[in-house]
Amino acid sequence: MATQSVIGQKNNKGQAFTDPRHMMFEAPRTPSFFTGSEVIKEAVRRASCDMMVAYPITPQSEAAALCGELFAEGYIGDYFRGESEFAVMSQCAGAAFGGARVFTTTAGPGTMRAMENFPMWAGARLPIQMIVTCRGINSPLSIQPDTLEISYLMQTGMLVWHAETAQDFYDWILLGYMVSEEPDVHLPLALCCDGFFVTHTKDMVDLTPVDMCLPPYDPYRSPVPCMDMECPPVRMMRDPFVMKSNYISYATHASWQQEVWAAVERSRKHTIGWMNGLIDTENTDADIIVVASGTAVSQSREAIDILADEGISVGLVKVKTLRPWPGEEIKEATKNAKHIIVPEFNVTGWLGREVKATVPNNERVHSGPHVCGGMTMPPEIIASEIKTILGIKVETLSGRGS
Amino acid sequence: MSKERIKIAPELFDIMPPEYQDLVEKATYGNETRGWKDIGSAKELIEEHSLCAGCPESMAFRYILASLPNPEDTVMVGSTGCTSLVFPHVAVHNIHSLFGNQNAIASGLKRALSVRFPDRHKDVVVLAGDGATVDIGLDMTLQAWFRQEKFTTICFDNELYANTGGQESGLMQKGFVAKMAPVGKTFEKVRLPEIARESGCHYVVNCTVSKPNLVEKVIKNAIHIAREIGPTYLQLYTPCILEIGKNSMEGLQEMRDSEKPSERFAYKEYVSEPAKELLTEMAAKEKERKAEAKRQLASQTV
Repeated sequence: MATQSVIGQKNNKGQAFTDPRHMMFEAPRTPSFFTGSEVIKEAVRRASCDMMVAYPITPQSEAAALCGELFAEGYIGDYFRGESEFAVMSQCAGAAFGGARVFTTTAGPGTMRAMENFPMWAGARLPIQMIVTCRGINSPLSIQPDTLEISYLMQTGMLVWHAETAQDFYDWILLGYMVSEEPDVHLPLALCCDGFFVTHTKDMVDLTPVDMCLPPYDPYRSPVPCMDMECPPVRMMRDPFVMKSNYISYATHASWQQEVWAAVERSRKHTIGWMNGLIDTENTDADIIVVASGTAVSQSREAIDILADEGISVGLVKVKTLRPWPGEEIKEATKNAKHIIVPEFNVTGWLGREVKATVPNNERVHSGPHVCGGMTMPPEIIASEIKTILGIKVETLSGRGS
Repeated sequence: MSKERIKIAPELFDIMPPEYQDLVEKATYGNETRGWKDIGSAKELIEEHSLCAGCPESMAFRYILASLPNPEDTVMVGSTGCTSLVFPHVAVHNIHSLFGNQNAIASGLKRALSVRFPDRHKDVVVLAGDGATVDIGLDMTLQAWFRQEKFTTICFDNELYANTGGQESGLMQKGFVAKMAPVGKTFEKVRLPEIARESGCHYVVNCTVSKPNLVEKVIKNAIHIAREIGPTYLQLYTPCILEIGKNSMEGLQEMRDSEKPSERFAYKEYVSEPAKELLTEMAAKEKERKAEAKRQLASQTV
């Protein structure tokens, strides 16, 4: 096992392994005009990934293919197309069991098809990073933006973050490995964004220098053994698999599940350090506060501007991490609010439910508006919802059918 | 991993469990000529198993583990089933993750080990039951072969789902009455060995585990060919004596009956042309090694 620092050494593409704090916070940034998919490629180029497995599904196909170009250029150790998302996520698991830093992307029905893998990843403590470019999952078929799949991921034991912009995406892909590979965390990360809105639109993104990359993953910092026959003791099965019907085995399983969720909580301190908190807040002295994640945050900002022009002051809580859940932070940020509005890109309102389960006096929480099936969320809908709650008469918006 | 790496610090030796002490002192890691004949005289890489008394699967496990050419650098991948009751007792790293995804796990694992250890041989061996290999996992079994992934797939074919209590499987014989086949299985045993050949496997063997020397030979061939050329597949009959209504001592006879020339486990083998060349080379080297040993022995006795 290498004990010398790799910082300053170069990889075979001439990139210098760089202290991530220097790379992310001090090194000069270059503004670039890119789609979200291209941003994923640029982040992975600097992430020292050993392995990526790809599979086509809209809207992540372009990002997955662009990462293939990175492999052809020599930036990723190995890359191939799997046969289905279920297989892809198992291939990612195999690579991570073998000590590789692994990256993959998926979306919508692909996330659902692969679902059996995710609690296994978390239970086996595999720090795989999976980009989820959310889209509709239910019949009738839709390839359009919709965040319903995130609610399933939130129960798996994975870290779940929800990016608003391409800039979030760029930074969080790189920071994500720093958090999820910590020995006291060592969990997979589902880094989610709203498909199309983030992946297929161009935005200005400040990139870190291309000649700098993250230090490589060290599998021997893992809290569980790397399955490469390099580390004793050899009589070792990696997952806590005790298929016996007795109290000891039940207790083993129970305590391990508790440990996985404790590890999710332990990721807080690292996430706060790297990402300046689990939430961002604006104007939380206002009586009305919008709590949102993903691109609903951007739309809420627009709505807040519209309402400000009419003299209505509205604050904002941007939820960055869904797991760990920033319950205390949201409670504190909304403690003075009379109304808490939670707009979402899905039909069930899972974020609204989480917020209701978190804050005291939760009759303050208004879950909505909800758009789904690929509908956009015009800021006017959010503004109108808020005015209705305040008892202000609003004109019927065209197409709302009310 | 060499034996060096598992050595115990002398001050701590006496407090280690006896089976771990045995593993350090008497296991056959690093012995190039290891094989089934070591069973009984060396530390085996499998502890007491938790399978049924007389289960042929437990024999198969012992023969396979005794025959791995490179256990110090071998990682095994299993799947859910009776085999997963044994894997916690096996002294090579092994992965259980889900049911049926074993060849996908092995694909990622083998590639990761190749990226991380480009100058060393790290063998990957999949060992799963017929439900995992042929039914729920068939897609991933075949796709790994199409992609020419360089690992060995071993199927313990007991012709049913044993661990869940004897349900119909794709490798079950037609007409067999089982749970979920209440009027008898209506379609033929899936011909996976032929499918394996057509899917790109370079070495395919269909046999029973009644003869340990045969198991040793096919295991060694399969692993060496997978390491150097491409995917290999072994389908080994390990009857579930419990579910076919046999007694503990009848497993061996059941296998002998099923490997007769007209029976479904009569020895069948396919070797691709590049694999044949490799086996010829290996045989020549083995001959040379034996001749050299003989010469040395002769020079000593003079």
